[in-house]
Amino acid sequence: MKMKWAVLTVILSIVAVLTGCEPLTIFDPKGPQAERQANDILLSIGIMSVVVIVVFAILIYVLVKFRASKQSDDYEPPHMEGNPWVEAICVGIPVIIVAYLSFVSVQSNYIVESAPKGYEEQEPLVVYASSSNWKWHFSYPEENIETVNYLYIPTDRALEFKLYSYGPITSFWIPQLGGQKYAMADMITTLHLAADESGEFMGRNANFSGKGFAENTFNVTAMSQKDFDEWVDEVKETADPLTEETFNKLLKPGHLGQMTFTGTHLEFAPPPEHDHGSSHTEPTEETDTHDGHEH
Amino acid sequence: MEFFERFAVPHPSPAIYASMVVIGLSVIAIIAGLTYFKKWGYLWREWLTTVDHKRIGLMYLISALLMLFRGGVDAIMMRAQLSAPDNKLLDAQHYNEIFTTHGVVMIIFMAMPFIFAFMNYVVPLQIGARDVAFPRLNAISFWLFFMGAMLFNISFVLGGSPDAGWTSYFPLAGTEFSESVGTNYYMIAIQISGLGSLMTGINMITTIIKMRAPGMTLMKMPMFTWSTLVANLIIVTVFPVLTVALTMGTMDRLFATNFFTSTNGGMDMLWANLFWVWGHPEVYILILPAFGIYSEIISTFSSKNLYGYKSMVASMVIISVLSCLVWAHHFFTMGQGAAANSFFSITTMAIAVPTGVKIFNWLFTMWKGKIRFTVPMLYSVGFIPLFTIGGVTGVMLAMSAADYQYHNTMFLVAHFHNTIIPGVVFAMLAGLTYYWPKMFGFMLNERIGKWTFWLLSIGFVLAFFPMYITGLDGQARRMYTYSEATGFGALNMLSFVGAGIMAIAFALIVYNVYYSIRYSPRNIGSDPWDARTLEWATNTPVPEYNFAVTPQVNSIQPFWDSKKKGHVLFPAKLDKIHMPNNSGMPFILCSIFFVWGFSFVFAIWPLVILSTIGIFACLALRSFEKDHGRYISVEEIIETEEKTGGAKL
Repeated sequence: MKMKWAVLTVILSIVAVLTGCEPLTIFDPKGPQAERQANDILLSIGIMSVVVIVVFAILIYVLVKFRASKQSDDYEPPHMEGNPWVEAICVGIPVIIVAYLSFVSVQSNYIVESAPKGYEEQEPLVVYASSSNWKWHFSYPEENIETVNYLYIPTDRALEFKLYSYGPITSFWIPQLGGQKYAMADMITTLHLAADESGEFMGRNANFSGKGFAENTFNVTAMSQKDFDEWVDEVKETADPLTEETFNKLLKPGHLGQMTFTGTHLEFAPPPEHDHGSSHTEPTEETDTHDGHEH
Repeated sequence: MEFFERFAVPHPSPAIYASMVVIGLSVIAIIAGLTYFKKWGYLWREWLTTVDHKRIGLMYLISALLMLFRGGVDAIMMRAQLSAPDNKLLDAQHYNEIFTTHGVVMIIFMAMPFIFAFMNYVVPLQIGARDVAFPRLNAISFWLFFMGAMLFNISFVLGGSPDAGWTSYFPLAGTEFSESVGTNYYMIAIQISGLGSLMTGINMITTIIKMRAPGMTLMKMPMFTWSTLVANLIIVTVFPVLTVALTMGTMDRLFATNFFTSTNGGMDMLWANLFWVWGHPEVYILILPAFGIYSEIISTFSSKNLYGYKSMVASMVIISVLSCLVWAHHFFTMGQGAAANSFFSITTMAIAVPTGVKIFNWLFTMWKGKIRFTVPMLYSVGFIPLFTIGGVTGVMLAMSAADYQYHNTMFLVAHFHNTIIPGVVFAMLAGLTYYWPKMFGFMLNERIGKWTFWLLSIGFVLAFFPMYITGLDGQARRMYTYSEATGFGALNMLSFVGAGIMAIAFALIVYNVYYSIRYSPRNIGSDPWDARTLEWATNTPVPEYNFAVTPQVNSIQPFWDSKKKGHVLFPAKLDKIHMPNNSGMPFILCSIFFVWGFSFVFAIWPLVILSTIGIFACLALRSFEKDHGRYISVEEIIETEEKTGGAKL
């Protein structure tokens, strides 16, 4: 166990030096999900470094020891068929490593696919995050507000993102809070996140979606529940209501700055059902497609 | 769109106009050259109509090298664009087209023909056969591939290149978001060359099963032949999936069906699944023959038999089975839930075990050997550490929860280049140098070759290792630009420098060919490397019938045994040899396929109908053709054997 941590420390310091002492985004987690993923990554880097070092060591030894220039001209290499013990070790050790990593991997899968650790008891804040070329629309159904290209979230609260897309497959990703998940046109996917600290984070679409993909980003601001509530109240007082007409304009391909509305598009343009191809969703998708063709 | 508008390039730039001019001039130069030197007849008789597996292999090789440079230029342009933040060298649309064609060209039109080149050239020689099982089908395979490649490449100057990524995910690749004909090219060109690959698969399997020399049981086959057999079994298993997926995609784009659309019951995830059901085994189709080449080279230059032959074969078979059970690891983030991800996570990591066995077997092959550091051996020795790094990062990516962070980032890009370049490209260059003397009768220059290897390795490390770091720092792949604030600039500049060094290395390969043609000695005999398998037992240059007398096999290295243990390779007496006739049909058939593909891309229906009739007419004609081949008489064989280095009888 000590060995493992020693290796991890070495790797971490190498990584830190390489990046000018500022931790890489992935290794600077601000929420439980991202932390679990960062730990998995560091663990696998550690174990894999050992594998790499062993292979390198054997290779260097062999190349130095058995090169032709070091041997007499009449040396005839022996015929070697293979040895069951040697080969058993070459299978056995990788099997053990892979089995251990599989165990960790399966465990992590269930962790990142459920409510974040420490937040299981809470009622999560549900945010519908939908993408259109090349923007993100964030609908807060409980608060009854909607934003474009920026996301305000309370810290220390479970967040449940409902993802879908008006167009190509996109991928919703806030690296410092946790890994990404696809947003698609014909179903909703769910991503569980939480922020432990307040601060500003980068969020983006990570999946290639055409010409405006590179700029398909959004800002994430995490703040205390109190500040968040104040912000919601302020939006309700100052922002314009989101009408169907405005929303359809927003969907047209292009880039928009940050925008804020009261009301959400969920009322007049309900998201796709989980149940693929159900008759319920088709009318809305029909209108969206027609809009897409207008320009 | 108006009919003629479709042929215009949607996003013209000086680079595209320049390449139009270059393409035009080269076509004129080739036609003029052939006419001036009166080579049309030679070209037709010796190459366009050939059914000889060696010549077909060489044509694959030349095509692959050309495509390597085409794809390489794409790569340099991408790295140049990303070398500085907010760079304006390319706009988004161009960048998208370039990374799309880079991927397609490198996988489908460079790596595939490169391995087919070696399969075609080497396998019949290695198993002591006179040709492949279906020589004419082999010619059709090649010309289908070639026409597919040409069709794909003209997209650049006629109608616009595909721009939805080499994975071409729907709905982005659908007509709603990809309006130009670019993605039609993708669907049709890959379809045509994919049919060729499928036929090669059938051909190679039959050849290896039915045409081995007497005494060569399955467990006495050389490792490259084994890897070819396994790779072609994968081809026959998964290429039909690609055929179906591309057909569905074509129908969505041209006939408004709804297989992959997001409305009317279509399902975009279906494309991703079908694509990767083919796409993941595809990388093993590429890497297994590469492993086979490394096995031959490491054994030859360690002057030792291959260690753990049986476990090498077993691990390849296990890899081939597992390769078909891992496709969903390409989209762990699609929301299929923890259970499905766990399954694909475990199967993916499991592949590391047989692959590790192979790495250790190569190391033990060198153990107590007598290692000669020739150029092919340098590539093989460089492959082991670099590929190990690529392999372990693959295990890291296989941890599905962590993959939520790696997915779609430069980390992934670094990983698969780290497996494909040291894995496949190094193997191809090693094989090229290794088999060059057998193909052309002289060696490539060692000194230039060693420079190439070192530059390529250093360039590779500089180009791709920084991507691991920027990936972990949150740089998504396929972004045509990034802002200064991201801090990705320095490492991307380093990548660009590495890519530049790799470009110099590839230019050196061309120089090496030129230099060696002029200065290399020609009297090198038929076994310049002191090798162990049958392909080195025949004369150089290899006569069209390969072996005057069918060899007798006793072990996995019959040629070595004939040199060291007095094994008699050619016990029988000379007899007349039956060979297939040349035929112009494959070339004509596939030319019609080209017209068919082109008219499909632009939806010119009368021409589609005409060329479809033409294709079936060719097939019908073939059915009624009586061609029983021809015999080479004993006198002719003796004459050829004396000319090509003396009969070993």
